[in-house]
Amino acid sequence: MRDVAVIGVGMAKWGELWDKALRDVFVETALLAIDDAGVDHIDSMYVGCMSSGLFVGQEHLASLLADYLGIAPVPAARVETACASGGLAFRQGWMEVALGQSDIVLVSGIEKMTDVTGDGATYALGTAADQEYEGYHGITFPGLYAMMARRHMHDYGTTREQLAQVAVKNHRHGAMNPLAQFPFEVTIDQVKSSVMIADPLRILDCSPITDGAAAVVICPLDRAKTLGDKPPVKMVGSGHATDTIALHARPDITWLSATERAAEAAYKMAGVKPDQIDLAEVHDCFTIAEICVTEALGFVDRGKGGQAVESGFTALGGTIPVNTSGGLKSKGHPVGATGVAQIVELTKQLRGDAGDRQVEGARVGLAQNMGGSGGSTLVHILEAT
Amino acid sequence: MSSPRYWREIPQRYRLEAGKCTDCGNIHFPPRLVCSACSGRQFETVKLSDEGTVFTYTIIRVAPSQFVDQAPYAVGIVELDDGVRISAQIADVDLDALEIGQRVRIEFRLIQNEGEAGIICYGYKCVPA
Repeated sequence: MRDVAVIGVGMAKWGELWDKALRDVFVETALLAIDDAGVDHIDSMYVGCMSSGLFVGQEHLASLLADYLGIAPVPAARVETACASGGLAFRQGWMEVALGQSDIVLVSGIEKMTDVTGDGATYALGTAADQEYEGYHGITFPGLYAMMARRHMHDYGTTREQLAQVAVKNHRHGAMNPLAQFPFEVTIDQVKSSVMIADPLRILDCSPITDGAAAVVICPLDRAKTLGDKPPVKMVGSGHATDTIALHARPDITWLSATERAAEAAYKMAGVKPDQIDLAEVHDCFTIAEICVTEALGFVDRGKGGQAVESGFTALGGTIPVNTSGGLKSKGHPVGATGVAQIVELTKQLRGDAGDRQVEGARVGLAQNMGGSGGSTLVHILEAT
Repeated sequence: MSSPRYWREIPQRYRLEAGKCTDCGNIHFPPRLVCSACSGRQFETVKLSDEGTVFTYTIIRVAPSQFVDQAPYAVGIVELDDGVRISAQIADVDLDALEIGQRVRIEFRLIQNEGEAGIICYGYKCVPA
């Protein structure tokens, strides 16, 4: 297996991009990554996308996007594992380069979610839950995470205040990210008085509906040294695991076992422990999700995720800053793009190129991207060179 | 929802039919072809317990279109007395008084109505025991 590095990243402003077609959102972002890498060709391409079929009625996505990027006839594949599709695309691209099948691979993620009405987006997202035994009963995604939150509060004494602090922290970080969909701060009172969606989760506990894409260019580490003028970032750990997609079928609904297992694999491959991670981008699709994820990644003990955000452990300037990009909460959550955008943020941080939100001396970064209520998870660890 | 799909889920929705692994005794709802606990492939059909306790719950205030006329409504994960957990609506309950540990039983109810020319979908809901 060859060592692999990220040599280029691309992301444009996320939001409600009504004036742009899915293919244009993709090409604009892919070109940013290609130009950042300074490469003159692409050997192969992966795109993570949860549901272009339901969101814009377009399948056969990878060929369409390769064509519009002007790189056809290179091989191109779209991969899907719900909201973790971007993370999966990165893993597939890494494997292809590591195995020597291709040298320069474009890994992207995309979702165009605002071409449908609100209910259409809710339906499309809902298909990441068990449609026959959860969705049938009128249970929404906020509802699933609300039930996790209720149980976490019951079992560990996690408070409504601590949930709000996740949103406040990530918006504080996101306010320093000009590409974020909602780059502004919110207060605890604003979160706690926002519209109730599924008790105890309110609208400011939820990540938004977003149009956007993210892209990275990867290549063998030894070639990275001769390509481009930016320091390559080395891919040192990758893990992927699954769990039941029905929340009720798990022995402990507040414990994200797929995250735990994917992290174990990534830590083992990288030869690092949780306390050696300098910063992390995690899947805060809802405030409670970040609390559960920090526990499953081993950053804090089981049940202590709420206290971790309250104490500032996970804030910029804390022990392990989590979601310096603003996370899904402030940056936005175009589902298929999220996992790749996490790699974009880690790369910027490990290059020392993250501007106001730079984590000083960042050497090792972790990305955790999950699908549904935790039925699939990708964890990646990157290291500065 | 297509008619064949609705029809083939009737044993679970109307009659609570589950699959009990004849090797390890684990009960799966819905039934599976492979036991996720022991990889066994032999099952007997059993009926789920129709009483249990609320393991967690929420109140859905922003509902999917087929459920808008029911909102706000409670949904929960209920641990039945045979140990199986299911997701279901919790009906006929004071939304402010609902709590973890509350006893409930299963009733056969209308679940969703697809509207003009759609299917009227039935199944199980939980109500206070």
